[in-house]
Amino acid sequence: MSEYMQSLLGILLSAILTENFILVKFYGICPFMGVSKKTDTALGMGMAVTFVMGIASAATWAVNAFLLIPLKLEYMQTVAFILVIAAIVQVVEMFLKKSVPALYQALGIFLPLITTNCAVLGAALVNVQKGYDFLQSVVFGVCGGLGFTLAIVLFASVRERVDKAECPKSFRGFPIALVSAGLLALAFMGFSGLKIF
Amino acid sequence: MNIGKQFKEGLLTKNPVFVQLLGMCSSLAITTSMFNGLGMGISVTLILICSNVFISALRKVIPSNIRIAAYIVIIAGFVTMVDLLLQAFLPALSENLGVFIPLIVVNCIILGRAEAFASKNGVLASAFDGLFQGIGYTMAITIMSIIREFLGAGTFGGGVLNGGEGIRILPEGYPALQMVMPVGGFLALGFLIAGFQWLMKKMEEKQKEGVK
Repeated sequence: MSEYMQSLLGILLSAILTENFILVKFYGICPFMGVSKKTDTALGMGMAVTFVMGIASAATWAVNAFLLIPLKLEYMQTVAFILVIAAIVQVVEMFLKKSVPALYQALGIFLPLITTNCAVLGAALVNVQKGYDFLQSVVFGVCGGLGFTLAIVLFASVRERVDKAECPKSFRGFPIALVSAGLLALAFMGFSGLKIF
Repeated sequence: MNIGKQFKEGLLTKNPVFVQLLGMCSSLAITTSMFNGLGMGISVTLILICSNVFISALRKVIPSNIRIAAYIVIIAGFVTMVDLLLQAFLPALSENLGVFIPLIVVNCIILGRAEAFASKNGVLASAFDGLFQGIGYTMAITIMSIIREFLGAGTFGGGVLNGGEGIRILPEGYPALQMVMPVGGFLALGFLIAGFQWLMKKMEEKQKEGVK
């Protein structure tokens, strides 16, 4: 049991820091660049992604284990997973709209964007590749989302300042944002030596 | 004439990577050697042409309410085909690109072209659009891979030339390893986009002078 707990902790730490979804693995760069102009919206996007990734990791694990493997349809993983994710996003959106309007107000505009977020599909595919069981998959999904949130919030607060700074004309806007993301990634490389146990 | 315009748009004025800023996940992640860059570019081009043709042919059948879901399923089908073909015939490339092959499904370039072009235009025009946008993407990520490989590993054409090792240009010990790590991806793309914006501006100014 304790070994299992250690594996969970290891997944937690690597998903958030050493193998950060955005800055090390490059999953979900589009929303990272697109929705990071303000810290509040970045936080909203991060929370929405974490929420959907947790549910999607659980659902895709179940689809894979109970549907695709028994039917020997593993090669259909990509198609099946993207459909499951699209359906989940749709259901979550409708559910929040009906029952938790306050949360819907906060997350609503980000939800449709999440279907085409590489991070969600990426997490589902990595779960299968690494052969995680149910609990490990969910922990990986949620912590990947937390890592995404950490990176996007840090980056948004950097970007708010960079936008006001002077820089060469050609670098204005996207290029300078990419360069600052690069520096952030350099900082995250410092975690790569981190190991527990 | 129209084809000429499409060609220019795909390669320069509407280049998917440098101008539209689409599909950044893959262009940042896999551009560590020329082999990976070219392989990814060609795979995406193939999928883009197929999905554009298919979606354009079905554009009057697909109800507009569920079109995005329908597009994604069509794209996912072609991606799965390419994924299986690569696993069978180019296992080395398949291993290098890893999870980024299935992730082509959510590559914004393909869905973007489906929504912006193929759903409104004829089959032939859509096929050319797919081809030129694909070439634009391939060109952009190949340039990026060449730069990153040269600065980060000191070689040219890794995986393709010289029996897969690439031609060594910088002596060992000189290259900055960071350039083939995530940092290098962000930096290289940032500088390339800045350079591209500068170039476009120069071209615009020249055109204006010519008109006067």
